Amino acid sequence: MNLKVPKAVEPLFEILGGVVASLKGLGITLKHLGRKPITIQYPEQRRDPFPRFKGRHVLDRHSDGLEKCIGCELCAGACPADAILVVGADNTPEDRRSPGERYAEIYEINYLRCIFCGLCVEACPTEALVMSNAYDLAADSREALIFTKDMLLVDAPLQVRPSDEILPAGQEVGDYKMIKEALGGGEGSLERPYDINLDG
Amino acid sequence: MRAAVVLLLAKVLIVFGAILGMVLFIIWFERKAVARMQSRIGPNRWGPFGLLTSLADGIKLFFKEPVTPDGAERFTYALAPVLALIPAFLAFAVIPFGDGVTLFGERVDFVIADLNVAVLWVVGMGSLAVYGIVLAGWSSGSKYPLLGAVRSTAQMISYEIPLSLSLIPVVMLAGTLSMRGIVDAQRGGFGDITWLPDAIAGIGNLIPRWHIFFQWPAFLLFLISGIAETNRAPFDLPEAETELVAGFHTEYSGIKFAMFFLSEYIHIITISAMAVTMFFGGWDGPGLPFLTWIWPLVWFMGKTFFFVFLFVWLRATLPRMRYDRLMMLGWKVLIPASLGWVFVSAAVIVIGQQ
Repeated sequence: MNLKVPKAVEPLFEILGGVVASLKGLGITLKHLGRKPITIQYPEQRRDPFPRFKGRHVLDRHSDGLEKCIGCELCAGACPADAILVVGADNTPEDRRSPGERYAEIYEINYLRCIFCGLCVEACPTEALVMSNAYDLAADSREALIFTKDMLLVDAPLQVRPSDEILPAGQEVGDYKMIKEALGGGEGSLERPYDINLDG
Repeated sequence: MRAAVVLLLAKVLIVFGAILGMVLFIIWFERKAVARMQSRIGPNRWGPFGLLTSLADGIKLFFKEPVTPDGAERFTYALAPVLALIPAFLAFAVIPFGDGVTLFGERVDFVIADLNVAVLWVVGMGSLAVYGIVLAGWSSGSKYPLLGAVRSTAQMISYEIPLSLSLIPVVMLAGTLSMRGIVDAQRGGFGDITWLPDAIAGIGNLIPRWHIFFQWPAFLLFLISGIAETNRAPFDLPEAETELVAGFHTEYSGIKFAMFFLSEYIHIITISAMAVTMFFGGWDGPGLPFLTWIWPLVWFMGKTFFFVFLFVWLRATLPRMRYDRLMMLGWKVLIPASLGWVFVSAAVIVIGQQ
C-alpha cells in the first residue's frame, strides 16, 4: 500500500519526523542519567589489563636468585625502534650475576622509543625479558623514561609469566597482582568493571 | 521614604547574590548532568560531589592575566563584557519570584520592580545584550571574533522576533504587561466543567488556570526561540568552538571572559523564569498553612529549575544546527508560525468576548 501524500503536507511530515527523532534522543540521554558511569577514577581506581597485555618490561631471575639475562644483546638487535641498550660483561667467580659466562653490565630501555611490539621478548634466548602488565608510563622528563637495569630487574623470580598463561574463565586477573607487587607498582582495584571470559 | 530605599537596596542585593549563587550551581549542575548523560562521572574533586568546582573555576578566571590583543580597540574591548552582563541582570529585575511577605507591618513584594511594561522590559533587555556581543567582536581587532559577532548578532536579532511575538497571546489573555498581573491572571482553577457529569465537574477547579493549557503553541515557540536567544545548544553557533573557532569571545580571557560566561547563564535563568511566569503560573502553587510566604518561592524556584534542567538536557542530546538551517527555522517557520498564532489567539479572544 502506497499512500499518496499531497505535496503541501510533506514538510509537516518532515517536521514530525524530526520531532520524533529528537524525543527519542532525549529519551536516551535521560535513560543514561540514571545509569552508573562507566568511567573510573584512574589514579585511585585502576582497570586490570588483559593477561597478555604488553606493558613495560621486567628482567626475570632464576629461582636461585641469579639473573636470567646473559647480556647477549639479541633483544637490542631485534628491536625495530632501537630502544634497548645492552652492554655485557664477564662473570667472575667472586661476582657471579648470571649462570652463563656473561651478564648485562648495563641494560636500558628507552620508553620514549619503545613501541611495545614484544620482538625483544621473542628474541630472548633465556626468557629473561618479559613484558608485564604495568601500563602507566608517564614522567615529566625524558631522562625519567629511560629505565635502567635496577628498575627493570625483579627482586624475586616471577611465578607466573604473563605471556605464557591464558586465564581460565572466572579466575581473577589478580594473579598478576604478584607481578605488579614485584614491580612495586600500584595495587589494582579489586572491583572489576567487566567480566573477562576468555573461554567463551 | 528612606525605609523604602533601604528595602529596595536590600532586595537588589539579595537577588544579585542569589543569581550569582544560582549561576555557580547551574554551571556545576550542567557539567555533572551532562557527564552522567554521557556515562561519565563529571566534576568531583572540589567539595562534596564537586559542588565547589565552579567556585574554583571562578577564582581561577578572576586571577588569570587579562590579555588585551594588540589590534583591540581598548576602551570598547573592556566595555563590551560589561554591556553584556548588565542587561542580563536588569532583565531579572521585573520577574516576580514569590508572592510577598509582611515584615514589621509593611508588605514586601517579592519582585524588585513591578513595572507595568515588564514583559516589554525583559524583551528590551534581551535586545540590549546584542550590543555586548557585537562590540566584543568588533573591538577585538581580529577577524574570527568579528565574523563570530556578525553570526551571533544575526541569530539573536532573528530569534527576538518570534520570542516577542510568542509572548503577545499571553499578554492578550492576561490583559496586562505587568508580570504580577500575568501571574494573578493564572491563579485559581478553571472552575466547573459544565459538559461533564455534575459529580466530577468540580475537577476543573483542581486544574490550575495556567496559560500552558491553551497557549502551548506559544510556549513551544517561546521555548525554541528562547534557546536560540540564549545561544544554547542546539543553537549555540555563537560559541561553536569545535567547528567555528568559538565566536565573539575568542580574544577574551580571565575576568572579562567570565563576564560573558556569567551573562549567558543569567540569560538561561531569565528565560526559564519567563517561561514559568508567562505559561506555568509563576509562583502559583499549593502551599502549607505555616510560613505562607515561603511556598511561592519554593514553587518558583522548582519550576524554574525544571526549565534549567531542560536546557541542560537538550544540550546533552541535540547536535548543533547548521547555520543556514538555523536561519531557515527562524525566518521561515518560527516567525510565520508565531504571527499566525497571534491572529488565531486574537480571534478566539474576540469571539469569546461576544
